[in-house]
Amino acid sequence: MSENLKTIMKTMNKATLEKIRDEYKSASGAVSKRIIVCAGTGCIANGSLAVYDALKEAVEKSGASLFVELELDQHDCKDKVHLSNSGCQGFCAQGPLVNILPDETMYVKVKPEDALEIIQKTVLNNEVIDRLLYVNPANGEQSRGQLDIPFYKLQNRLVLGECGHVDPENIREYISHNGYFAAEKSYNTMTDEQVCDTILESGLRGRGGGGFPTGRKWHLTRVVEADKKYVICNGDEGDPGAFMDRSLMEGNPHRVIEGMMIAARAINADEGYVYVRLEYPLAVKRMRKAIEDALEAGILGDNVFGSGRTMHIHVMEGAGAFVCGEETALMASIEGKRGMPMPKPPFPAECGLFEKPTVINNVETLAAVPLIVRNGAAWFNQYGTATSKGTKTFALTGHVANTGLIEVPFGTTLREIVFNIGGGVMDNDGKISSKGFKAVQIGGPSGGCLTVEDMDLPLDYDNLIAKGAMVGSGGLVVMNQESCMIQIARFFMNFTQNESCGKCLPCREGTKQMLALLDDIIEGNATMKTMDLLEEVGHVVKKASLCGLGKTAPSPVLSTIAKFREEYVEHIERKHCSTNNCKALMDITIDAEKCIGCTACARKCPVNAISGEKKKPHSIDPALCIKCGECHKACKFNAVMGF
Amino acid sequence: METKGYITIDGTDVPVENENNLLEVIRKAGIEMPTFCYHSHLSVYGACRLCIADIDGMGIQATCSIKPKPGMKVQTNTAEVRKIRKVNLELLLANHKIDCPSCSRSNNCKLQDLARRLNVNEIRFKKTEMDMPVDRESHSIIRDPNKCVLCGDCVRACKEMQSVGAIDFINRGARTIVGPAFDKSLNDVECVFCGQCVSACPVGALVPKSEVEAVWDVIHDEKKVVVAQIAPAVRVALGEGFGMEAGAISTGQIVAALKHIGFNQVYDTSFAADLTVMEEATEFISRKLKGEKLPQFTSCCPGWVKFAEQYYPQLLPNLSSCKSPQQMFGSVAKEILPGILGVKPENLIVVSIMPCVAKKYEARREEFVHEGIQDVDYVLSTDELGRMIHETGINFRTIKPESFDLPLGFKTGAGVIFGNTGGVSEAVLRFAYEKLTGETLIDTDIRQVRGEDGIRTVEMTLGKTKLKLGVAHTLGKARQICDEVLAGDSGYDLIEVMACPGGCIAGGGQPVSFDPDFRQKRTQGLYNADKQLELHKSQDNPYIKELYKSFLGEPASEKAHHLLHTHYKSRKRINDQVINIRNTEHPKIEVYVCVGTNCYVRGAHKLLNQLADYVSENKLEDIVGFEGHEEMVDVKATFCFERCQKGPVMRVNDKILEHATFEKAKQLLDQEIRRMGLQSQNE
Repeated sequence: MSENLKTIMKTMNKATLEKIRDEYKSASGAVSKRIIVCAGTGCIANGSLAVYDALKEAVEKSGASLFVELELDQHDCKDKVHLSNSGCQGFCAQGPLVNILPDETMYVKVKPEDALEIIQKTVLNNEVIDRLLYVNPANGEQSRGQLDIPFYKLQNRLVLGECGHVDPENIREYISHNGYFAAEKSYNTMTDEQVCDTILESGLRGRGGGGFPTGRKWHLTRVVEADKKYVICNGDEGDPGAFMDRSLMEGNPHRVIEGMMIAARAINADEGYVYVRLEYPLAVKRMRKAIEDALEAGILGDNVFGSGRTMHIHVMEGAGAFVCGEETALMASIEGKRGMPMPKPPFPAECGLFEKPTVINNVETLAAVPLIVRNGAAWFNQYGTATSKGTKTFALTGHVANTGLIEVPFGTTLREIVFNIGGGVMDNDGKISSKGFKAVQIGGPSGGCLTVEDMDLPLDYDNLIAKGAMVGSGGLVVMNQESCMIQIARFFMNFTQNESCGKCLPCREGTKQMLALLDDIIEGNATMKTMDLLEEVGHVVKKASLCGLGKTAPSPVLSTIAKFREEYVEHIERKHCSTNNCKALMDITIDAEKCIGCTACARKCPVNAISGEKKKPHSIDPALCIKCGECHKACKFNAVMGF
Repeated sequence: METKGYITIDGTDVPVENENNLLEVIRKAGIEMPTFCYHSHLSVYGACRLCIADIDGMGIQATCSIKPKPGMKVQTNTAEVRKIRKVNLELLLANHKIDCPSCSRSNNCKLQDLARRLNVNEIRFKKTEMDMPVDRESHSIIRDPNKCVLCGDCVRACKEMQSVGAIDFINRGARTIVGPAFDKSLNDVECVFCGQCVSACPVGALVPKSEVEAVWDVIHDEKKVVVAQIAPAVRVALGEGFGMEAGAISTGQIVAALKHIGFNQVYDTSFAADLTVMEEATEFISRKLKGEKLPQFTSCCPGWVKFAEQYYPQLLPNLSSCKSPQQMFGSVAKEILPGILGVKPENLIVVSIMPCVAKKYEARREEFVHEGIQDVDYVLSTDELGRMIHETGINFRTIKPESFDLPLGFKTGAGVIFGNTGGVSEAVLRFAYEKLTGETLIDTDIRQVRGEDGIRTVEMTLGKTKLKLGVAHTLGKARQICDEVLAGDSGYDLIEVMACPGGCIAGGGQPVSFDPDFRQKRTQGLYNADKQLELHKSQDNPYIKELYKSFLGEPASEKAHHLLHTHYKSRKRINDQVINIRNTEHPKIEVYVCVGTNCYVRGAHKLLNQLADYVSENKLEDIVGFEGHEEMVDVKATFCFERCQKGPVMRVNDKILEHATFEKAKQLLDQEIRRMGLQSQNE
């Protein structure tokens, strides 16, 4: 950081923020092109860092004047190229993504080899490279920029707004997008009560799963008298298939910090923890850097915006236990204890971290807070349904054309998400299939499934609960017709069983037995009594478990039983899996009409289960067959049936 | 008690007083809610989910975790509640090694009891128990994870009550077990063998290690002469296994039963307790008059002794050097009984009947084993003796009582109350009173030291001598009083410590009781037993007098020392190993900063550097005003103070600083320099 900037930041107040914002804006407005390379985890895994390096090299080679790091006091930005990284741009399936401003050209699946061409054609000569544009698999149409791509066009990216645009490691860029103005406002012009009231009026509810009104939670904590209070940001996103919080922490860490500061102001806390699982190394790194920068800038520290108030934030790495996403277990983990939930009450508002009143909010909840304080409760209120205000991010995965991170207002229908934003359901061969939709699992292992009949249900907290599902943290897994719902239920049951902390009896022993009962069904050892017992124990786990995770652990099973009862009955009574996912139930035979007796299958069979004379139809001994599928692959006449 | 309102429980209005939770209110109403993990003296854990009830407006809740609010409407036996409880039990049973007929906790097992009570008639789930290794390595406790119901009572008893924390949960989910760190044996960790985990265990997952078969073997060996000693607390608890009330005294029946079993002689550990009083009180008066090694800590309790060796090695000189009554008995028996009974020493077998499982470990301590022969050969818990009696088929309740054998079976009441917290102190005071005042003590009840408070402090003046006594029971309270002593100026002269709550009467070898008042009843039983005896002061015991006269000489004589006293060893896991930074040999002030992993991550290394710089910048290394060159302050890196949660930890001489910062450390150092009247070179 330049000396000049350090001097400016010594007195951090609204005027300083404005100065930083305006100077940065004018500097960045003068550049000729800005190249943003997505450096979210998905794009990095696909090689975006190499793309970045290649672009940097290409700019240098091409002689264009480039700077990577925009210095505030460097006003000579005119006609230069600004190359930077961003956090997750959301369209993960298409990464690495390269976005070129101001023309908003978006290139997908970029490789380092493309770098020179991008610089020479697009950056220096405003030519579009067609081959790198996104093509809609449904209709073959090409889209030039984000605004043309249905995946983006149909979303309402508020919380994710700057995510994918700003450089997450540059605090000034965040400030230039009006960052930290809301925090400043809350510390210097609002009372604690006013802050709580604003959030209450906005109708913001917890995005981590429970959906408790955030403003009410803050009020409850605010009124407790204590010498010390804490704010915790719960970034222990553990659901399989969910990555909203990770993307936010990686893509816009300062927004999360600003949200925590406002929460701290609202309850008069002076210390906060960001709890991030250690499987999110990039989120940890970016959150740490953001905290350091905010501290150095005088935003965090012992005199926040000159208000005389203190706010310090620490990053705490979790060891990756799913249960540590449960708030009491999370706090135990910060305290250095075994991560196990405690009975509530007392609630964290009274007795939380280190037995002090504590507000614990999810990353996405906190990231929405600065927007509400900046734009007002009414602005936030306009989005969503009567009881669920604002927008919700979802991690869209599974058998859907466009997987990625999306944000839509509450009340959006499943149809809109799966078919319009998601681009439709894909079959197992990766082709769009118009009739392929079977279900979505929403809310991860705590949630339930929605089916065709729920296609036009406006998604919000209460509608989903009524359907036996939940918003959860927002994982949305799309399943096609080729999916076996018992296998899906087993997948989630296996997950919760592995991740049960082992404290309370129903969750520890009940999930284990539920898994065993599901195995009986999948392996053809079940009777209808198995299903009755499965439902009975599921009910006990739901009603009697200690924490929220235990109480919701049976949801995938109970919800698939409710929606796909016939499929269960088919497995149990007919010992048949119509989607052919359950190996033990497969009936493998050789069609004598088709078999010419070439012996190819018999030679491949690893267990000698196939016998027959040459040039005569062969047969399979089901007692020996291990259903490995080698015969099926070997047969050129499609004579092996049942796979 | 003040009534705050009413809660409707199953249609009946029950007053709310000062109950901590709804469960207590329900139990007060006479409804015995089933629980595994609820213990009123431990923290609420809320894991077994059996104490559930349906509360109007709140649904099904675990009542242990609910604050009672007047106006609540609670139903404890709805169809749903019943179903959940039964399924819960079925789930537990499916995961339990069901070997009830051969389990030592059969008939005294909560799981068995609740399964019957709740009419669980079938287990519809698959058996899922794993075949996990059983820890039989210690001499005191067997840990069988295959029977564990994971209620966590043992974990909390060990951590919260005893402040030891030798066991905790390992693994996650269905693979969770309770055990020491890294699933080591209890023998290899800090377990002090107090057996409070055994007392807390509702099932047979933690049980005393039985020596019953070995004892039968020596009884059946015609060459051997087997003598028994019975600890005080046994006589008020053994009857519980035969349908008697807790606290009922069954001394005579026990003697008769032991004779029936085949013990040649039956003696009383209380005799040895009288002997302990003579030695320990003499030692105390001597220390008090000389003003050295005070406060004196009692040393009767082997769990406490191991605790002190592990955590407070610096206090070991303060422990009385007296052996415990069990071991005094063993030494005296092995010394004098061969002559009296006309038996070869190698054929004399001493079996003690103890309320304690730590005594099993104590008997095998190297100090008490000579040439491979233990002073006390076998230790049976109260419960094990009960099982031996059951095996013989004796009708314990109607057997004709018999008397102890002489001389080692004669005792005073002072030796009997040893089994209660405060008992040793009271017995010592009965001796010290007469010694220090020269007067005869008429009313021997010294009620000030009795009671249930975890730490009781009594100040009294005997003659010209002012005394301050501390009585602590449970090791958590022992830790508290030790810290108080180490902080300086606590003023205690004598501190009695018993590891178990209430003393030996609630030892880990006693029958496990689910009677909420069992401790009080047993305690009262021992005070009643004192009352029933003729003599109440150890010094009045004619056989003790005779033993001194004919054999030992005086209390604290050389012979007495040889036979009745012992020594201790530090068991601190990590030595105060230091890393020298400068070559200082005899600094006046030692500044040691822990650089163990935990302190290191909390910034100890930086602190060490800052302190080293501070010392050299201010020229604090050397002293002026003394002849020649003398060293004043040295800064060293050291390892674990075993206070990892309070790091960085450092010390300046004997003053320990937790959560150390450079500012606080500097302040402490300057203070120490001033206190010692030292000056730095540059002043």
